[in-house]
Amino acid sequence: MKILVCISKTPDTTAKIAFTDNNRKFAAEGVQWIINPYDEWYALVRAIELKEKDPSITLHLITVATADADAIIRKALALGGDEAIRVNADSQDSYFIASQIAAIARDGAYELIFTGKETIDYNGSSVGGMIAGLLDLPYISLAAKFELAGNTATVVREVEAGEETEEVSLPGVISCQKGMAEQRIPNMKGIMGARSRPLKVVEPQPVETLTEIISFELPPAKKGVHMIPAENAEELVRLLHEEAKLI
Amino acid sequence: MSVLIFLDHADGHFKKTTFEALSYGAALAKQLGVTADGVLLGTVTEDIASLGKYGIQQVHQVNQESLNALDTQVYIRILADIAASTKATVIVFSHNSSAKAIAPGLSARMKAGLVTGVIALPETSSGFSVKKNVFSGKASANVSIKTPVKIITINPNAYHIVSGEGSAKLVQVSINTDASKIKLKSASKASGEIPLTEAEIVVSGGRGMKGPENWGPIEELAKLLNAATACSRPVADSGWRPHAEHVGQTGIAIAPNLYIAIGISGAIQHLAGVNRSKVIVVINKDPEAPFFKSADYGIAGDAFEVLPKLIQAVKKLKGVA
Ligand SMILES: Cc1cc2nc3c(=O)[nH]c(=O)nc-3n(C[C@H](O)[C@H](O)[C@H](O)COP(=O)(O)OP(=O)(O)OC[C@H]3O[C@@H](n4cnc5c(N)ncnc54)[C@H](O)[C@@H]3O)c2cc1C
Ligand SMILES: Nc1ncnc2c1ncn2[C@@H]1O[C@H](COP(=O)(O)O)[C@@H](O)[C@H]1O
Repeated sequence: MKILVCISKTPDTTAKIAFTDNNRKFAAEGVQWIINPYDEWYALVRAIELKEKDPSITLHLITVATADADAIIRKALALGGDEAIRVNADSQDSYFIASQIAAIARDGAYELIFTGKETIDYNGSSVGGMIAGLLDLPYISLAAKFELAGNTATVVREVEAGEETEEVSLPGVISCQKGMAEQRIPNMKGIMGARSRPLKVVEPQPVETLTEIISFELPPAKKGVHMIPAENAEELVRLLHEEAKLI
Repeated sequence: MSVLIFLDHADGHFKKTTFEALSYGAALAKQLGVTADGVLLGTVTEDIASLGKYGIQQVHQVNQESLNALDTQVYIRILADIAASTKATVIVFSHNSSAKAIAPGLSARMKAGLVTGVIALPETSSGFSVKKNVFSGKASANVSIKTPVKIITINPNAYHIVSGEGSAKLVQVSINTDASKIKLKSASKASGEIPLTEAEIVVSGGRGMKGPENWGPIEELAKLLNAATACSRPVADSGWRPHAEHVGQTGIAIAPNLYIAIGISGAIQHLAGVNRSKVIVVINKDPEAPFFKSADYGIAGDAFEVLPKLIQAVKKLKGVA
């Protein structure tokens, strides 16, 4: 079985969010970059677990990014995976990214494609579903559990009202979230090993974008907190009822 | 030309977010000077024609029980067909678990630009651009959609429900739905009655609550306020509360009208999931807790003393003994 895990890079969760270039660009200066947590903790670690159980599995990682993502993809390889592929392009809109990954997935005949639930910078929740749409494969989003038996996957998916357990025959695309696996820390052996594993760089397919970010905005500042003395906690209920009119 | 609104349902009922999508879609149709229609895959026990009161003219229904279980490939094929036959130029979903499953694939199939997590009506004076949340609620982006057909998913609680008078015409669509590659084996319901992402009020507890045995007052307050319950990540990681309650950057993002945070420090990753709440109340025994900086109302005090007083006061307000 061949598994492809989609890895994206995002600003560290504590990074200051600011914009330059007339609010058209994210101010990336000095920002620490990490592997998108959903891709790392859930998609990648679950795929590694599957390979640990069945060593005949081939596990490849893919990112659509320019060379400045190499450190991130190496870090992902240090956790596990046989090979990484970087499609050498600025990740533009979701459709562009998904089209690049779909092209590689089709050529490489991967049977299972994992993505994260969403990127924590663009918050699209889109790339996985688009890859599935482009390849006309079944897609299960928001997977919290994943088991493999032969060519059949059993997936627990989170929905508003609770959970659904679904069975799907592969090939297919799965977006992963909390519950799939536990976060791992790369060890020295992994870090050293990652250096010798291939990172293939391929040039992008010509694909148009369907959307474009015109500008960013920061939310309006809060006007300050109204503190209520603890002895008089009932006052909060009055304010929520009479002033905020929420209860 | 028309706006097509996806009518999401579960257990025979339309979801609350469906009424938000309807209200948004109808307002958008008015803005564009076109008509608004709904599309319903599967069966409901509710009166469909009465959806007209949200401002739509027709509901296109594929009346088949098998569609009550969501299969993305089947849904995408049907929706693409109906979107084409109704000449839809904008397709509107609520940004929930169904939309996250279907909308991206539909976008790829129709080559229709998709923007998810939209929080306001689009700007249509020149082109078509929508505002969406990015950086996990720490900022928003204006995104232009360049294709003739556009797909948007709107955030729960971002658009208010508007209803008036009216009745929608029901149009039955017969489509051959081919065999599904996904089999639904079972479904289980979450413990809370109100889905977290749909709740207007959320009562949330952090590590300051000390242990799972102390959640009684949080649940009681939530029940009195018709609220859902949530928690911080370490609380879910320690197994004090179910994972589905974990809010924040790596959990669920919510935007209720009122978020009450009890014994939560207000770490940046927690704020990322809740900072779109309209009003935030923070109860923390440390007056220096960072959460107070993002709060509208705050009480610096011990949760175990403050909560009983609040519960009493809410009971009095609601006339519950
Ligand atoms: C990559 C990454 C992603 C993360 N994602 C998330 C996420 O999605 N969601 C999330 O929540 N966290 C997330 N975190 C963790 C986050 O950084 C914090 O560690 C976490 O939010 C702290 O939870 P807490 O506020 O419940 O606990 P603590 O930080 O321990 O705070 C407990 C608070 O309770 C108060 N307190 C104690 N006793 C009482 C009392 N008797 N009455 C009233 N108040 C009391 C204390 O003053 C303190 O402020 C993430 C971290 C990382 C690194
Ligand atoms: N540039 C990229 N390269 C590789 N995978 C990506 C990229 N962007 C997004 N993904 C994958 O798609 C998932 C969803 O992303 P998004 O649709 O942006 O929320 C992420 O969690 C990644 O697994």
